[in-house]
Amino acid sequence: MARARSFDVTTLPGFAITAILAFVLLYAPIITLVFYSFNGGNSVNQWGGLSLKWYAIAAQNEAVQQAALRSLIIALWAAVIATAVATMAALGTTRRGKFKGQTFIYIVINQPLMVPEIVTAVALLIFFSSVKIATGYSGLGYLILAHSAFCVPFAYLPIKARVEGMDTSMETAAADLYATSWNTFRFITLPLLLPGIIAGAMLAFITSLDNVIITEFVKSAGQDTLPTYMLGQLRRAMTPEVNAISTALLALTVLILIIFYFVTKKRD
Amino acid sequence: MKTDHAIDACNVSKIYGAGARAVTALGDVSIGIKQGEFFTLLGPSGCGKTTLLRCIAGFETPTSGTILLFGRDITHTPPNQRPVNTVFQSYALFPHLSVAQNVGFGLKMQGKPAAEVAQEVERVLALVKLEDFADRLPQQLSGGQQQRVALARALAPKPEVLLLDEPLSALDLKLRKEMQSELKRLQTETGITFIFVTHDQEEALTMSDRIGVMSAGALMQVGPPREIYDHPVNRFVADFIGETNFLVGQVDGQGLRIGSGDVIAVPLNGQTGEVTLAVRPEQINIGPAGTGVAAKIIDMTYLGTDTHYTVALGDASTLVARVQSNSGASLSVGDSVGITFDAKAVQVLAS
Repeated sequence: MARARSFDVTTLPGFAITAILAFVLLYAPIITLVFYSFNGGNSVNQWGGLSLKWYAIAAQNEAVQQAALRSLIIALWAAVIATAVATMAALGTTRRGKFKGQTFIYIVINQPLMVPEIVTAVALLIFFSSVKIATGYSGLGYLILAHSAFCVPFAYLPIKARVEGMDTSMETAAADLYATSWNTFRFITLPLLLPGIIAGAMLAFITSLDNVIITEFVKSAGQDTLPTYMLGQLRRAMTPEVNAISTALLALTVLILIIFYFVTKKRD
Repeated sequence: MKTDHAIDACNVSKIYGAGARAVTALGDVSIGIKQGEFFTLLGPSGCGKTTLLRCIAGFETPTSGTILLFGRDITHTPPNQRPVNTVFQSYALFPHLSVAQNVGFGLKMQGKPAAEVAQEVERVLALVKLEDFADRLPQQLSGGQQQRVALARALAPKPEVLLLDEPLSALDLKLRKEMQSELKRLQTETGITFIFVTHDQEEALTMSDRIGVMSAGALMQVGPPREIYDHPVNRFVADFIGETNFLVGQVDGQGLRIGSGDVIAVPLNGQTGEVTLAVRPEQINIGPAGTGVAAKIIDMTYLGTDTHYTVALGDASTLVARVQSNSGASLSVGDSVGITFDAKAVQVLAS
């Protein structure tokens, strides 16, 4: 029947082997890491029996507890701030037709995706150190600000997609029915954008949670987050404690991704 | 100002873009719509009817001209401050709100107390016969029901003028017929001025008190359906409303010399030179050969009550005649016949 069959990538020579190789590369290290997190021995590559020992050790480690708490605080704040900014940016860039400098604005918003992170990290280090000297403040605020900034594009993209998929006739109808701009936003635009906003917030949260480079440069002494703490540990003796923390982070991320999937799937 | 007019559009123009790429959507349109009437803006797509409606609703600001609502200038009033509501072509129901919340939205935004909103919502839902669907979400309703919700939502705040932007175009034929009489009933019951936009001439003819026919951003003719149908002012209106045959000819004495050389008697009002004759299919009588203009039947279509005959004149120009199927005439393709025109009914248009 189908005389001209459409292009099927799976029929290309070497497709299967390439796919298998890619998956092995992606997941073999992670599976090994998770596997050794349950190691009863003291090595990250020599099996010493099944045990939850290292989870217990990590959970009782005060430095880990504090780093985890710090990570969560920063990620929550960064997600909230970045999502608020991203929502406004998404509405501003898509809800007013084409305007001059649109591409420029788009690049500015998504700059953290394009500029090498190390450059941003160094820039923030220099900038914040002069602010620190000028103000004397050295709290978590710098990390929260820095994380908020690089999380914006991650929140922006899903929200923008949602705004673009939303018919402007909803807002027109609301205006026709005596709603002020604010009420239109509150009762119509915001509820309809909510799946996109939640998705954006979760992406921003995950992005903040596993950031190393910028955090490493911006943090003051004693402001380790979970990833920078782990990096510090690796410089000393490597124990399966790092595996346990990584696995816990991985579990949290997978959980958030599952929620993300269901939230975005449920649109309309 | 004339207070019996719900809407007055005075010299309204709307031009999109500027310079060489400027597009005139509306060119100097003036129209008065009376209070309590069912007024239809009729025209093909792109004729500017929706633009005019959007100017009245406040979604567009005219490039020039003014729009008055009961004598008040509302040209620059934002849509949320105009006591005018719209039924959108796509319905634009809020998908996350229940039917009752959709219908009550306007009243809530006007700051009416919750009890009053609930009471009004109940009343309006009863008006459109959707009392039992108050708690449903829009996507749980059929197209016809969504249409009623859209109507109820626009009627609930008791607007001074209701605008309807091709609201029936998404419905199937049977439902459309039902909604036509439903709309007419609602209009009579509420006494609200309806401005209805459509490209469907039949819809316009059946529902309207008056029709404004638009083409290329200009108003061609305004009048009651009968007048528009019987006395179209120009070829566009005659062509757009109903079926019409056009015959171009030269005024010759008291008649019109058409392309085939025949001279037909027509009611002339001092026209001279070249004119166009508009003849409805039902205004053509087919008689035996030798009477009137000689013609030959080249095609026929049986349509139940009526039969359409396509006849060719001497110069091969063709006309369509509609004859009642039970009139007893037995005509077939190839027959030579003579056609006559109902001289009082045909319209002579300037070419």
